[in-house]
Amino acid sequence: MSALLEVRGLRVVFDGFAAIDGLDFTVEEGELRFLIGPNGAGKTTLIDVVTGLTKPASGSVRFGGEELVGKREHHIVRMGVGRTFQTATVFEDLTVVENLDLADSFRLPLRSLFRRRRGVSDAVASALEVADLTALADKPAGVLSHGQRQWLEIGMLLVQKPKLLLLDEPVAGMSRSERERTGELLHEIASTHTVVVVEHDMEFLRKYARKVTVLHQGHVLREGSVAEVQEDPEVREVYLGRAKGKAVG
Amino acid sequence: MTLGRISLVVCIVLLALAPLTLSPFRLGLLAKYLCFAIVAVGIALAWGQGGMLTLGQGVFFGLGGYAMAMYLKLKEAGSAGLPDFMVWSGVEQLPALWKPFGNPVFALAAVVLLPGLVAFLLGLLVFRQRVRGAYFAILSQALAAAFVILLVGQQGLTGGTNGMTNFTQFFGLDLTDPNGQRAVYAVAAVVLGVTFLVAKLLVRSRFGRLLVAVRDGEDRVRFLGYDPAVVKTITFTISAVMAGLAGALFVPIVGIISPALLGIVPSLELLVGVAVGGRFVLAGAIAGAIAVNYAKTLFSEDFAEGWLYLQGGLFVLVLVFAPKGLAGVVESVRYRLSSRKQTPTGSGSGSAPVEVTA
Amino acid sequence: MGALANQLPIGLSIAAVLLLIALGLTFTFGQMGVINMAHGEFIMAGAYTAYLLQGFTSQSFLIALPVAFVVAGLMGLLLEWSLIRRFYGRPLDTLLLTWGVSLVLQQLARDIFGAPNVQVTAPGWLVGGVDLLGVRLPYNRMFIIVLAVLCVVGVWVYLTKLPQGRRMRAVVQNRELAGYSGIATGRVDRFTFLLGSGLAGVAGVALTLVGPVGPSLGTFYIVDAFLVVVAGGLGQLRGAVLAALALGFLNGYLEFWTDASLAKVLVFVAIIAFLQVRPQGMFVLKGRTLV
Repeated sequence: MSALLEVRGLRVVFDGFAAIDGLDFTVEEGELRFLIGPNGAGKTTLIDVVTGLTKPASGSVRFGGEELVGKREHHIVRMGVGRTFQTATVFEDLTVVENLDLADSFRLPLRSLFRRRRGVSDAVASALEVADLTALADKPAGVLSHGQRQWLEIGMLLVQKPKLLLLDEPVAGMSRSERERTGELLHEIASTHTVVVVEHDMEFLRKYARKVTVLHQGHVLREGSVAEVQEDPEVREVYLGRAKGKAVG
Repeated sequence: MTLGRISLVVCIVLLALAPLTLSPFRLGLLAKYLCFAIVAVGIALAWGQGGMLTLGQGVFFGLGGYAMAMYLKLKEAGSAGLPDFMVWSGVEQLPALWKPFGNPVFALAAVVLLPGLVAFLLGLLVFRQRVRGAYFAILSQALAAAFVILLVGQQGLTGGTNGMTNFTQFFGLDLTDPNGQRAVYAVAAVVLGVTFLVAKLLVRSRFGRLLVAVRDGEDRVRFLGYDPAVVKTITFTISAVMAGLAGALFVPIVGIISPALLGIVPSLELLVGVAVGGRFVLAGAIAGAIAVNYAKTLFSEDFAEGWLYLQGGLFVLVLVFAPKGLAGVVESVRYRLSSRKQTPTGSGSGSAPVEVTA
Repeated sequence: MGALANQLPIGLSIAAVLLLIALGLTFTFGQMGVINMAHGEFIMAGAYTAYLLQGFTSQSFLIALPVAFVVAGLMGLLLEWSLIRRFYGRPLDTLLLTWGVSLVLQQLARDIFGAPNVQVTAPGWLVGGVDLLGVRLPYNRMFIIVLAVLCVVGVWVYLTKLPQGRRMRAVVQNRELAGYSGIATGRVDRFTFLLGSGLAGVAGVALTLVGPVGPSLGTFYIVDAFLVVVAGGLGQLRGAVLAALALGFLNGYLEFWTDASLAKVLVFVAIIAFLQVRPQGMFVLKGRTLV
């Protein structure tokens, strides 16, 4: 079986600076993969390239065998790649249920968008449940707490039924209990989806990660289990040497 | 019955009573305000709901108006004659561009299609390239500037600075007769009603929700699998068609169409009413457009210079103190009243609309 | 051919005026996200300054240049301080706000100076011209071009060599970070406004050499100046210079070949076409957050 996501020879240049340089990265179907690395390692840039937000200088990104480079963002989403952002962006003037409904309706033909929403679809109802937002369904998303926004965003991703989920720092800025809740959520999602998570939080990583990829200066430094990666002298060096206080483990 | 329903019924009754109570002159003025209100609905859609600040609405108003004026002029001139202004500027043969406008079906189609097509093309080209916000506003303004210069320059085709005037007939109605004027007023009122209804349905539909989403987070919408350029182009086109219809009605109502009505300043003036009334609420935009234009008439009758100070000052005041317009003020007052009712102690008034549960 | 070449100083001087006007716009837009529709009225203020000063001394035209800079600059400062700073982060609202201000200023000018246009007499040494290789170079046009070049060089030196200018560039690039590094961003904003508005005032003085002065003088130039900003990119000196040149020449030459009314439409089409090729460079999007 071929891999779901295959990144080959990727190079991304910003103003002459290579943010990603010769990166190869593979994710198999059904995997839960963690991406870590010091600031500026190219984690978010990698997600940006996969989702079409950033155009690479060279290299290929294949998803289920199809090339993603050069496709527009919404086409990539329609092919089944979904993502969240570091700062959760939900539509504050729309209610929680409207946010989810919009995410759910993207496959509808244009003309049926001109009709009013009637009721709540099963997918939206179950996303409300999963994200624990049923009680707030008809409140504007603007009143949600930071953690709830993240969950809403994950819920919006789920109703889209993507084949691949890319989560950019889902627990950043969350309280301890919120982090735990997100971890459980992630665990549930990963049992039925292929997920790539960018995350700094080591405790979170140790608890939920199976396979970890360490990025450094735009290429893959190491790949393996949490324990393997943590023991690796080079990985330690990169973290301790570059960013004090962000040590691994 | 909600407050909204009650005021809607009141407005319909008032509009229906107007022909019976107002003098033909005043009724004509009201009909003119209704035209601006139709434009305002379109602006509220594009700007309030979609975040597209269009400073070139005069262009679409003008395209609709000129299409209608060309038909009326040809109708008056008869099968062989030339429109009066062409005779004055020495044109001897009817220009090819004018010929199809002799056909009423073509002219009516052009009223809708011309503004729609221009807006569609412009929207497609700029929104697809992700030109937005202030850039879009500036481009739409440049379009208005270019359009007016073109109209003035093509004297033989458009009547130049003077535009076109002296319309006496409108699809069998005598525009010099009070009954004919009442009929045209009725048409404007009905078109405003239909425009409002269409806009209302659009706002409430999924598309309307998507439009708000595009306004607040265009880039985020892409990652939901939608193309914001399509959403914006459709909305911009609809708003242009509304302006075109208004322009077409303006011609028989006011009896003139000229570049001075369509340029940068008139296009911006169309926004004043929407801003004052409240760009996020369709009814607010309509009320604002009518009220501001009424105020303009009042001031122009007595002291015209004061109007420019007042209009500028009004705009500044609204933007500083009530960015959501009068509709926003009404809403917050209503909210305070209702929250006072719910919490008789009064402690809840003025707090956030919904409790935040962390 | 001769007629075509004679168009050159005209095209260049249009470009020069556009540039002087657009410089201020592009910096306030780039740095603060402010679309200042009242910028045109600073041009008008500069022009009326020249009108009021004329006749006082033999060199009143030259004196008018710095005085207009100060007058228009202070007007800009006042506008920023009183209104615009409440509107940061709301670019579209600032656009409308400043348009309201522009209406009031125009009416004010009408009440003070009267609605009809007034004329500023050009100093004797700017009347006439010289023939070079068969091309007529009018002195007034040449003066405007030299003035613009001096101003651009001045702005360039300011931006790259002086600490105040470097601070300004820092704020353009990353306002938050500049603030954290101890730059008083509010003060930098006001200074940028002063500078940009002042340049508009200078442009106003220059315009008195080629035409009459009226309350709506600014409105004739503001749209084209905005187009320079759109085509040139945000807060970019180089972009503004190139775009002003392109627009000045397009305007000048298209008018020459077709009639003036079609030229404006063609310029508009050209800009839309340009945006099809180069929309990015002006619109850089960062992926980490979408705020």
